[in-house]
Amino acid sequence: MGRFKKTGNKETPGINTGSMSDIVFMFLFFFMVITKIRQGELFVRISAPPATEVQKLERKNLVSYIYIGAPIKSNLYGVEPRIQLNDQFATSDDIAEYITNERAARNEADRQFLTTSIKVDKKVKMGLVTDVKQELRKVGAFKINYSTKKGKVTD
Amino acid sequence: MPDPDAPVPEVNERNVFVVLVNAYDMLLVEGKPGSVNTLRQDAKNFFLNPSNSPNLSEKNLENIPFIGPYEKSKGVISLQNDRGTSYEMYVKVQNELAAAINEMRDELAMQKFGKKFSDLSEEYSKAIAKAIPVAISEAEPKDIGGTK
Repeated sequence: MGRFKKTGNKETPGINTGSMSDIVFMFLFFFMVITKIRQGELFVRISAPPATEVQKLERKNLVSYIYIGAPIKSNLYGVEPRIQLNDQFATSDDIAEYITNERAARNEADRQFLTTSIKVDKKVKMGLVTDVKQELRKVGAFKINYSTKKGKVTD
Repeated sequence: MPDPDAPVPEVNERNVFVVLVNAYDMLLVEGKPGSVNTLRQDAKNFFLNPSNSPNLSEKNLENIPFIGPYEKSKGVISLQNDRGTSYEMYVKVQNELAAAINEMRDELAMQKFGKKFSDLSEEYSKAIAKAIPVAISEAEPKDIGGTK
C-alpha cells in the first residue's frame, strides 16, 4: 500500500494570485461608481421667489453664483441669512476677491460676458442683498441676474 | 464703466414714476398707497400716456429706424426700497415693472412687425428697444424700518 507515498518537500503552496487583478478591478469600479463629483453643495436654504418675466441663462460656464439665505444647519450657524461663495460662508467683503478669482479663471475674451447670478431666499431682507450689489458695483460686475422660479406673482 | 463724474441728467418731475417700498413690504406709487396687482397697468399708463395727461410722462416724437416716427416716452421709473424690504417683494415689484415694459414692447412689435418682441430679428428688436427702453432707475435703499 504505497500509494500515498509522501514525496518531495512539504512546504505550503503560495497563495494563488491569479484572481488578484479581479479583486483590484472590483474595488476600482466600486469606488468609481459610488464617487460623485461634488458640485455646488448648498449650505444655505434657498426658496426662490416666483416671477413671470423670466429668461434662461445662456452660457452657464460664464456665470458665477452668489447664494444668500438662512443656513441649513441652523443649530450650528444660526438663523441669520448668510452669503455663500463657492463652498464656504462669506461676508460681503469677500465678494470683490471672489469676482476677481472668477474673472481670472475665464479666458480673456469671455471676461466681459461674465454674469453674476444672485440666488436669494425670498425671506431675506434687501439690506443684505444691497450690500452684495454695492460690492459687485465696486468691482465692476454690472451684469447681474436674479434667480427666481417661474410662477404667478400677483394674486 | 459709467463715468462717476457724468452730469446728472435733468429729469422733469412729471417724467418720474416714483415707486417706494417700505420695510413692511407696502408700496407707495406716485405718492399714493399702491398694490403690486395694479403696478403693471399703472406703469404702462405712465409711459404710454394715452390721454396726454400733464401728470404722466412727456412724449417726444422721434424718428426710429424701421419704425418711423414714434412718440417716445421721456418717463423714468424710480424705484427705491428699504433695507428691511423682503427680497420676495423686491422681485415682485421688479417683475411687474419688467412685465410692463415687455408688454409695451410686445404690443409695439405686434403693431409694426406682426410678431412678438422675442421673435423679432436683431435689428428690429433693437429698434423696438430704442423706442421703449428699460427706464428703471434704482435708488440706494433707505434704512428706516431697520435691517432686522
